[in-house]
Amino acid sequence: MSQVTQEKDAKLHTDLAGIAMNTPVLTASGTFGFGEEFADFVDLARLGGVMVKGTTLRPRRGNDGVRITESPMGMMNCIGLENPGVEVFLKDTLPRIGQYGMNVIVNISGSTVEEYGVLAEMLDVEGVAAIELNVSCPNVKEGGIVFGTDPKAAATVVREAKKHTKKPVILKLSPNVTDIVTMAKACEDAGADILSLINTLMGMEIDIHTQRPTLGNITGGLSGPCIKPVALRMVWQVAQAVKVPIIGMGGISCWEDAVEFFLAGASAVAVGTANFADPAVTMKICDGLSDYLADRGLENIQDIVGKVQIG
Amino acid sequence: MVLPKEKVTVDAVIVSQQELYDQVFQLVVKAPEVAKLAEAGQFVQLRILNSSCLLRRPVGIAAADKEKGTVAFIYRVVGKGTKAISELEAGDTINVLGPLGHGFDTTAEKPLIVGGGMGLSPVLFYAAATQGKADVLMGGKTCGELFWQDLFAGKVQDIFCTTDDGSLGTKGFTTTLLPELLQKKDYDLVVACGPEIMMKGIAKIAKEHGVRCQVSLEKRMGCGLGACLSCSIDTVGGERKKVCKDGPVFAAEEVFV
Repeated sequence: MSQVTQEKDAKLHTDLAGIAMNTPVLTASGTFGFGEEFADFVDLARLGGVMVKGTTLRPRRGNDGVRITESPMGMMNCIGLENPGVEVFLKDTLPRIGQYGMNVIVNISGSTVEEYGVLAEMLDVEGVAAIELNVSCPNVKEGGIVFGTDPKAAATVVREAKKHTKKPVILKLSPNVTDIVTMAKACEDAGADILSLINTLMGMEIDIHTQRPTLGNITGGLSGPCIKPVALRMVWQVAQAVKVPIIGMGGISCWEDAVEFFLAGASAVAVGTANFADPAVTMKICDGLSDYLADRGLENIQDIVGKVQIG
Repeated sequence: MVLPKEKVTVDAVIVSQQELYDQVFQLVVKAPEVAKLAEAGQFVQLRILNSSCLLRRPVGIAAADKEKGTVAFIYRVVGKGTKAISELEAGDTINVLGPLGHGFDTTAEKPLIVGGGMGLSPVLFYAAATQGKADVLMGGKTCGELFWQDLFAGKVQDIFCTTDDGSLGTKGFTTTLLPELLQKKDYDLVVACGPEIMMKGIAKIAKEHGVRCQVSLEKRMGCGLGACLSCSIDTVGGERKKVCKDGPVFAAEEVFV
């Protein structure tokens, strides 16, 4: 990082449940690989962290058929958690990406409650900054979204993970619920150190020529700018109800979007789909945030967290 | 893991946009950084600025001129994204991310290029890169679709054509003529790009004749960098690979049984 960048980023330094972050700008799981794929475009150490591709106990092949489709101001995916499994991650990936000096946050998915515990324990190693519990993947049959839509089940998963790791535990909330606040509170009470939200919204597209669903998995997770208002509303609602810090995400594609999430109550943000359009977008967001703070004479990004003025 | 080669993202000014055939366009952009790095068989991800297209569009590189600093793409309008690209004019700007993936083997002594439809675009770059050593076998529905002959002229030795309706060259498909060519000539590599069914047939025939074959695959993509896993394919060995990062060019035996 250059001297100038370091000085500018001083205002963006953030501590999130003990994780020291150079900036509060992270990348969302599944949109940024293991970070190394973007090394030509991004100073990875400048990010608050890279939430790496969803990892499971055993390798997963993911879904067959079409996995991605564009929708108005958004996209849908149904990758289905393709990954080489936690053992390969620990043996090959983690040592390899250590060189970038970034916070590695491992997103994990279990098909049973116990699997979350096993994964959390296996990942309680040097080089891992935190664990993010994915209880809201809409694209896999077992586990996944079941844990993400029932407050009791989600709380059980959080407790199981906390029992098996000393790392901060982040719970990623699904928007595919009637009341996200109930889910958030249940996870906070169960000991989640941080909440991240939102995961993708479940969606669908039909090809009118073949009269079949476009996506191989029939439904997919909707992301991108079109979900930003929903995500922002949910972050705001959850922020009113919990004390733990929030990583806000959902359609953030520029620094102005990020500012909205901070004002709504997020202490950090994660960028997902926008990385596909502009692989360097996170760096531009960091620049924009620090300029915004400077223009307003503010000392630190945390000075605007939750500062939306109502009434 | 082999990481992708060096790549850049640049706002490129459009030098020209020309309709070559019905709904088939040639776009030339000024992108010296990409032209310098590009290898035959690689592709780019185009971002249409100020449009409602959120995702980039993957397009094969048809030509790269290191001296002029230009890169050319030939594409067919098939949807919203390619339509929007076709409406851009000289002087407009488009963002280019690339070059991406791995290209064809350019060290062959006597390669035969086989292409169908838009698949002829990346192999046009290959013809130029192999400096006239290659022959090309091209297939189309009718003679009009083989406007590619003019583009390949001067870049290859022999041009062989097949058309579904027999309006030009041999009646049939590229697979109809390939066995005869492989018997008659001493090719040491077949590079194929076109519809998957065509490439499967080509690969099978090449294998039967003991000639090495490389194919260039096409898949819907998100990032183009190997991160989003949208373009996963099955390999013969059972491993998943990514068209964007591990390909788009693969050894035929790696992807076709």
